Amino acid sequence: MDMVYLGFILMLSVFLGFELISKVPATLHTPLMSGANAISGITVVGAILAAGADLGSWATGLGALAVFFAMINVVGGYMVTDRMLSMFKKKDNSPKEKS
Amino acid sequence: MSPEIIGGIYIVTAAMFIYGLKRLGSPATAVGGNLISSVAMLIAVIVTMLSQQIVDYRWIAVAAVLGSIVGAVAARRVAMTGMPEMVALFNGSGGIASLLVGWAALYTANGEFGISSPFTLATIVLSILIGGITFTGSLVAWAKLAEKLGSGSGAFAGQRYVTLLLLAITIVCSVMIVASPAWTSPLIYVVIGLSLALGVFAVIPIGGADMPVVISLLNSYSGLAACAAGFAINNTILIVAGALVGAAGIILTNIMCRAMNRSLTNVLFSGFATSGPAT
Repeated sequence: MDMVYLGFILMLSVFLGFELISKVPATLHTPLMSGANAISGITVVGAILAAGADLGSWATGLGALAVFFAMINVVGGYMVTDRMLSMFKKKDNSPKEKS
Repeated sequence: MSPEIIGGIYIVTAAMFIYGLKRLGSPATAVGGNLISSVAMLIAVIVTMLSQQIVDYRWIAVAAVLGSIVGAVAARRVAMTGMPEMVALFNGSGGIASLLVGWAALYTANGEFGISSPFTLATIVLSILIGGITFTGSLVAWAKLAEKLGSGSGAFAGQRYVTLLLLAITIVCSVMIVASPAWTSPLIYVVIGLSLALGVFAVIPIGGADMPVVISLLNSYSGLAACAAGFAINNTILIVAGALVGAAGIILTNIMCRAMNRSLTNVLFSGFATSGPAT
């Protein structure tokens, strides 16, 4: 039964992901890719569970390594996206005219 | 914290990811969107730390601090022109993380190499496979963009057949792992090694100019790897966020291809096409 629920969640998320990215201006392609990449660092949650739960030294080691790599993805991803977007702000000179 | 409360907070963070991703798609709101999404990530991490399952914080703390420092320094140091290849590197590290989570999940079921359900085993194998391809694929994409590798097509004669053969062996090994209840550990190392090799072979024939599209596709893969890892450890936020990135990444890849007036298959197999007549 659990599997069915998870399957439903998967199906809905996929449709949502398709719908979210429909009309994106070309200048935002790279920041959007970078921002989505940072979100995929969510695997850090799984890494924390693997490293912190008492599953034996092998799983703890793999989990800790996974936390390390996932944190690079998360922290680096968000910071790089922010830097890219700040670059646009200077160029366009009108960051908040519509918000 | 009880699993119910954690699950509830995961729902809030999922909503924030969705909202943040939506706002990232418009120039006026993009900065705020990125901020919302990063706050959601922070909340998800903190809540997970408070889970009753977590008994030992030492390794998490050390690894998280080290990873944050590396990520922050890399993001700050990189030149504006070098950002696409930096994204490729970050994406690769996300891929290897999903591979490791999948690998570690082998131990969660019933102790060391215990028997888990075929479904769990299949998702574990998937997260290892996609994570490995994402990792080495991203590294090759980075090397091509940074001009550490020749940016031209690196395909050798008959590479297509080698890739197909590797893919076939990978599928056979994966099916064997999932099908046999008492599977042995060497097979998982074979799958890990093959997934890493496949990532290299898939990206190396593609020319350097097409790398942004490839990175976008690999970004989608890393989302799918996180999603598969979520199934392996029964974690909803991993499934939702991973599937979101997976789907958004595919659409974005498609948009980028259309902007270049090409189809995705054209980009992915262009290296093979040029190497074809040479064989």
